[in-house]
Amino acid sequence: MLEKALSGSRNYWLWIAGLMAVIAVAFMGYLQQWEFGLGVTGMSRDVSWGFYIAQFTFLVGVAAGGVMLVLPYYLHDYKAFGRITILGEFLAVAAVVMCLLFILADLGQPKRAMNVIFNATPYSMLFWDALVLNGYLLLNIVIGWKLLEAERNAVPAPKWIKYLIYLSIPWAFGIHTVTAFLYCGLPGRGYWLTAILAPRFLASAFAAGPSFLILLCFIVRKVTKFDPGTKAMQTLMKIITYALIANVFFLLCEIFTVFYSQIPEHMDHLKYLFFGHGDKVALVPWMWTSMFLMLSAIVLLVIPKIRNNEKYMPFICIMVFVGTWIDKGMGMIAGGFVPNAMHTYHEYTPTPLEILITVGVYATGLLVVTILYKIATQIKEEVNA
Amino acid sequence: MKESRRSFLKIAGVSALGVTAASNAHAIGEYFIPSEQAIKDQKVSTADRWGMVIDTRKLTHELNEKIAKSCHLNHNVPTLENKNHEIKWIWEEHYEHAFTQQPNEFQAEETAHAPILTLCNHCDNPPCVQACPTKATFQREDGIVLMDFHRCIGCRFCMAACPYGSRSFNFRDPRDAMEDGKPTNPEFPTRTKGVVEKCNFCAERLAVGKDPYCVEASEGALVFGDLSDENSEIRKVLKENYTIRRKASLGTGPSVFYIV
Repeated sequence: MLEKALSGSRNYWLWIAGLMAVIAVAFMGYLQQWEFGLGVTGMSRDVSWGFYIAQFTFLVGVAAGGVMLVLPYYLHDYKAFGRITILGEFLAVAAVVMCLLFILADLGQPKRAMNVIFNATPYSMLFWDALVLNGYLLLNIVIGWKLLEAERNAVPAPKWIKYLIYLSIPWAFGIHTVTAFLYCGLPGRGYWLTAILAPRFLASAFAAGPSFLILLCFIVRKVTKFDPGTKAMQTLMKIITYALIANVFFLLCEIFTVFYSQIPEHMDHLKYLFFGHGDKVALVPWMWTSMFLMLSAIVLLVIPKIRNNEKYMPFICIMVFVGTWIDKGMGMIAGGFVPNAMHTYHEYTPTPLEILITVGVYATGLLVVTILYKIATQIKEEVNA
Repeated sequence: MKESRRSFLKIAGVSALGVTAASNAHAIGEYFIPSEQAIKDQKVSTADRWGMVIDTRKLTHELNEKIAKSCHLNHNVPTLENKNHEIKWIWEEHYEHAFTQQPNEFQAEETAHAPILTLCNHCDNPPCVQACPTKATFQREDGIVLMDFHRCIGCRFCMAACPYGSRSFNFRDPRDAMEDGKPTNPEFPTRTKGVVEKCNFCAERLAVGKDPYCVEASEGALVFGDLSDENSEIRKVLKENYTIRRKASLGTGPSVFYIV
């Protein structure tokens, strides 16, 4: 089936070449980091995780978001999703690939990455994260590939694949739960030390993942003859509505607990993020933008006429995606380190090189998505023809 | 990697032989054996739980500088221009930053800004050890929390886990910052870029029966000893003085006590 990715229109190849060029430039940036060390980034002794880990966290959510197609179809027999579950699975593959690349980019000694396996340490959450992420990647590759193969050959998929699919559903919840556990079990970091973190992560994931999927559906509809189906997209919009409301609700729960109890160690991170500390206000405009995007998206989403209108869908999805991205991809990680353990405020801003490497990883993810979606949509076109 | 470890052992062994008894050279070697063995081997030092009492009444800015310098020179801790890349094992903090859980708006100016020394607390229940995915940071039988620089993958999970800000990361090659690329103390290993490091309670000195560098330089402000030994000097000091620990409510069980 891979050969389907090797023939395409001029625009297809232009797009691929463009992505490759970005990846090549970013890789040169990475070589610089490899040579000098992580000192090329904006990270510091005080803010020891930055943009890379934040993107990783956000993308685990996007990967888990695919389950919002798989679950209704396989557990509730929701037929409209049947033709596009493959898009969810392949998006998950690309997202997990990006996650793993971000982790690698963040390691001080990437050559020793396998130490996590050689010296497996079950009480470290990072060990479990490595395990569940790789497992999820494998599950989605196998499931997606086998389903597509069966569709192409017009035969029923092998029976065992169903068990893998059932396994992949709790697994999707698992990857983001474990990712939250990376942070929420650390005793000295008040911003993360909250049991609502995993639910909040999942809620934002189920908003961000499906909104990115819808955007991809629009692109698929535009550049191929395969139509993901209006009904499926409308149902996804409904899922986004619930997920986004849950996300903001969980955030408000957090805000209540933190500000009513007024314990400084928990309160000061949120204060810094939304109001800044003295002249340290780097994230303030971003956090309010995120809040504005999420809240106004909710207003638009709860009105069925707007939510179901294909003209507005892409805009709402962009609002949801950007809003949740700022919340997790910018505020969540750096915000946990400011103020630091000594309660001093040392801000973090990514360097241009750090952003370049980040863009490179995203380009790699887009390349994977492009290739996988090309194969999937072409097979669907052929089957439908 | 193995090669450099072996050659270091050779250097350490030879120099130790020159200065101390042969049995002690054996002990130095043991400090650099792989982590699992080191954890099990009870002979690495005599104590069950090493600890430190810091008498902050005796600390001055000058003394703190002297103590930090002694530690950093002897452990080849580089001085880096860029604050983001900073590495420190023991350093001065104002009282209000060292003891964030003791805010007191009516405190005298000089108390709030009193120069306190902070370092790794060698916690009894260390969150960094729990977080490390490779056991590169581990707790020894004698309570000391150590780093295996050859195993660390540089994920910095331990830095996020440490509630005391005790850990530093080599954001660049520390050897570049050393004069002629040479360490100030050839007997102690230099680190590579991309690994985490921190105070080791001078495990290499405890192995040959000496006190840590900071204690030696402290003019009596720092007392070091075995917390599990009821008759030790440190226990005597703890009995006679009221002491506090940093963020003790987190349950990490710091082994560094402060007389304030």
